[in-house]
Amino acid sequence: MTSQVSSPAEQADGTVVGEQRTAAGTKGVRRLDRVIIRFAGDSGDGMQLTGDRFTSETASFGNDLSTLPNFPAEIRAPAGTLPGVSSFQLHFADHDILTPGDAPNVLVAMNPAALKANIGDLPRGAEIIVNTDEFTKRAMQKVGYDASPLEDGSLDGYHLHPVPLTTLTVEALKEFDLTRKEAERSKNMFALGLLSWMYHRPTEGTEKFLRSKFAKKPDIAAANIAAFRAGWNFGETTEDFAVSYEVAPAATAFPPGVYRNISGNLALSYGLVAASRQADLPLFLGSYPITPASDILHELSKHKNFGVRTFQAEDEIAGIGAALGAAFGGSLAVTTTSGPGVALKSETIGLAVSLELPLLVVDIQRGGPSTGLPTKTEQADLLQAMYGRNGEAPVPVVAPRTPADCFDAALEAARIALTYRTPVFLLSDGYLANGSEPWRIPELEELPDLRVRFAQGPNHTTEDGTEVFWPYKRDPHTLARPWAIPGTPGLEHRIGGIEKQDGTGNISYDPANHDFMVRTRQAKVDGVDVPDLGVDDPDGTARLLVLGWGSTYGPITAAVRRLRRAGQPVAQAHLRHLNPFPKNLGEVLRRYDKVVIPEMNLGQLATLIRAKYLVDARSYNQVNGMPFKAEQLAAALKEAIDD
Amino acid sequence: MTDADLLQLVPKAEGRQTMKDFKSDQEVRWCPGCGDYAVLAAVQGFMPELGLARENIVFVSGIGCSSRFPYYMNTYGMHSIHGRAPAIATGLATSRRDLSVWVVTGDGDALSIGGNHLIHALRRNVNLKILLFNNRIYGLTKGQYSPTSEVGKITKSTPMGSLDAPFNPVSLAIGAEASFVARTVDSDRKHLTEVLRQAADHPGTALVEIYQNCNIFNDGAFEVLKDRQRAEEAVIRLEHGQPIRFGADRSKGVVRDPATGDLKVVAVTPENEADILVHDAHSASPTTAFALSRLADPDTLHHTPIGVFRSVGRPVYDTLMADQLDTAVDQHGKGDLAALLAGGDTWTVVG
Repeated sequence: MTSQVSSPAEQADGTVVGEQRTAAGTKGVRRLDRVIIRFAGDSGDGMQLTGDRFTSETASFGNDLSTLPNFPAEIRAPAGTLPGVSSFQLHFADHDILTPGDAPNVLVAMNPAALKANIGDLPRGAEIIVNTDEFTKRAMQKVGYDASPLEDGSLDGYHLHPVPLTTLTVEALKEFDLTRKEAERSKNMFALGLLSWMYHRPTEGTEKFLRSKFAKKPDIAAANIAAFRAGWNFGETTEDFAVSYEVAPAATAFPPGVYRNISGNLALSYGLVAASRQADLPLFLGSYPITPASDILHELSKHKNFGVRTFQAEDEIAGIGAALGAAFGGSLAVTTTSGPGVALKSETIGLAVSLELPLLVVDIQRGGPSTGLPTKTEQADLLQAMYGRNGEAPVPVVAPRTPADCFDAALEAARIALTYRTPVFLLSDGYLANGSEPWRIPELEELPDLRVRFAQGPNHTTEDGTEVFWPYKRDPHTLARPWAIPGTPGLEHRIGGIEKQDGTGNISYDPANHDFMVRTRQAKVDGVDVPDLGVDDPDGTARLLVLGWGSTYGPITAAVRRLRRAGQPVAQAHLRHLNPFPKNLGEVLRRYDKVVIPEMNLGQLATLIRAKYLVDARSYNQVNGMPFKAEQLAAALKEAIDD
Repeated sequence: MTDADLLQLVPKAEGRQTMKDFKSDQEVRWCPGCGDYAVLAAVQGFMPELGLARENIVFVSGIGCSSRFPYYMNTYGMHSIHGRAPAIATGLATSRRDLSVWVVTGDGDALSIGGNHLIHALRRNVNLKILLFNNRIYGLTKGQYSPTSEVGKITKSTPMGSLDAPFNPVSLAIGAEASFVARTVDSDRKHLTEVLRQAADHPGTALVEIYQNCNIFNDGAFEVLKDRQRAEEAVIRLEHGQPIRFGADRSKGVVRDPATGDLKVVAVTPENEADILVHDAHSASPTTAFALSRLADPDTLHHTPIGVFRSVGRPVYDTLMADQLDTAVDQHGKGDLAALLAGGDTWTVVG
């Protein structure tokens, strides 16, 4: 059993792993409370699909789960090389979990490169399933194995399952009229079948999926299903796999409700469609394809029957330009991109600040600068979102904390944009975008009312008693200007990027007016109503506060749980609103002797916090394209507590 | 719905309009003598003829002298940022088919910083009317050469003469798959109005190049086309269905050179009169329109055709997009958010 789990100290969440043997046929069944599996292979081996399918099986079974897809930017990197390795990690449990896990309990390695690239992350005692067919001399030499790692004893500390996956798959499909190459392609489904047997996953969903995916090629569908079943049967019959494992549904971890599995980009897309419905405004997306944001464009383009218009523009600038034009016309306008695209959109965001029109700018952050690491995650666009424009151009910033939370964050960003007539940044990242977790599907009645009132008539009386419309006469509470859309008689007006006279909106170069307008735009954003920051400090004895934002929520919370279990009091707070900050943030920060801010950048939130609150917040940083590991964070926080 | 019906989606004005209805209360701030005044007057004078509800007309501009235009029109308007007006107008037009959307731009705005947006708007055939004021110079930044300036242009930024070959906006637009391309001159109110009329009647993107005089930094750039005597030899007026003839007593004409297929100017004689090309703006092929756009000498502007080079029906992007939305509703029913959120695979946790 030790092959399944590492010692408690190495657990992602510090959970104690239980074990119970039950009988099932001739083979033993062991009960686990959680497992971390990593599928790894060549980028052409279908590892992402395999992981997705295993995730769907796991979700429908009712486990809590968290996923971490990790793939190269090249569509087909050179075969068999280390840079070409694509992997998918899944953590599932019978209880509430927060991260995809630090270290896999099980590695499925489809070739030598996949083994070599991932072995370093495996704790001793982990199970490794390798496709022995791919361990040829040449393939091993390609990644620097002089001797076969399957034979030289270097894997002695692990529980190795050598399986000729390719041969078995081809053998299983010999009845099909397929070339050898075609048959080999189904080896990922064989592996999925084997793992599905090992962990008692339901299989109907995958078979249904394969039938629908290959609806136009029933032979291929049948072959994949045959390979999938062969993998299952192989597990059941071969002596190498003596036991299988059960991870019970996480029934008590979840509040009652109907659940589904959802990725961050899908949740964000749904959040936008929901915001459109709640605002009763048509959704317009202007976008240019960019990793890792393109999936939002793909998803929204499927929902034209919701009145969603998606416009694939000629470039990033046109994407946001078209969105801003649609906002002028009364749409709920959105542009989606990643860091390099934000750089190109900056001037138009500045125009939107000046025009004071609602506009959502969705930035799925990735490794930078420049092209950086397109498929890896990072949080290094915060300062770009805050300050990356000419002039004083404040923009509210909202960040989701988990994949499913992208839904709520999109609604919140829309609320701010529509209420205050301003562009709003929604800062997600590659980890949230592609990762997935269970999501309680909200009832429509739970969604916020986002309806707006367009201006309908004059809003000002001049000295001579004439009723006129002033496009920059503000709501005294929100400081928002009226949204008067073309087609409204009598409200014809002109707006532009040149400084405008307060009230009338006419061009004005008057120094005092400019000073007033700059301060007013700032005051409007500063005055955005955001909820107070909640602090998780169970017994009130903590002297250290760990403050985070965005996708670090999972690892930080997992680290905090570890520390508390080890008897270390620590307080945690997580910011959804980065601009403006919650009104109580300064007071919260001053409650604690020490403040630590973990970020996947070089300290951007810490810089803002230190500047605004004069608090000696310490940074803990990682910019390796991957999310924090809970263990490593816990160690860093422990060090800060002891310091 | 046909593309011609598209133009009927914009509501009509209730009462009779006059030019005054389209003048805003803002003081016009172009330099005295600028060609932009004439274009503004022509547009304001033409709008009542269109008879559209004023509140359903929008002028969108970029940056440059001409881009101040929307401030002077008593319609909805947006003075945006440099080069981006076609992109912004595209979002507005595709999301609001009840609007008549006009883009005002200049040679720098449209062809330098905004070149990408211009060609893509043209290829998409969004329902936009683009007025490209071409004065062959940068005015607002005080006199640098532009992408339509002639080679060797001496300006503040090119004291030894500019090096780069200019764009021919009409050629560029035809190459970018434009469905309507015309050229006119600021000082010829009648011709300008007639071209505007045809542009407004065109479903899809209409590009109108307007030769416009910058009397401060490039005065007299188009004088040869305006001076009554010289213009007779320099200007070729294109009229659909008419032989392409010009000059004193219409003594010159355009024929196709049978050897090269190209066009050339000849003296009309009884022998060749039947060979004079008849202008066909609606020709499916853009070849002849393109050849016409190359007739003018870029330096002397001799043999400059004005009028509508090309006006062909082509599916309009806005219509296609709206049709897809309708089709999606026909196929899947109106969107049901609860069903969308639930998706396919769900499980229930009972309390």
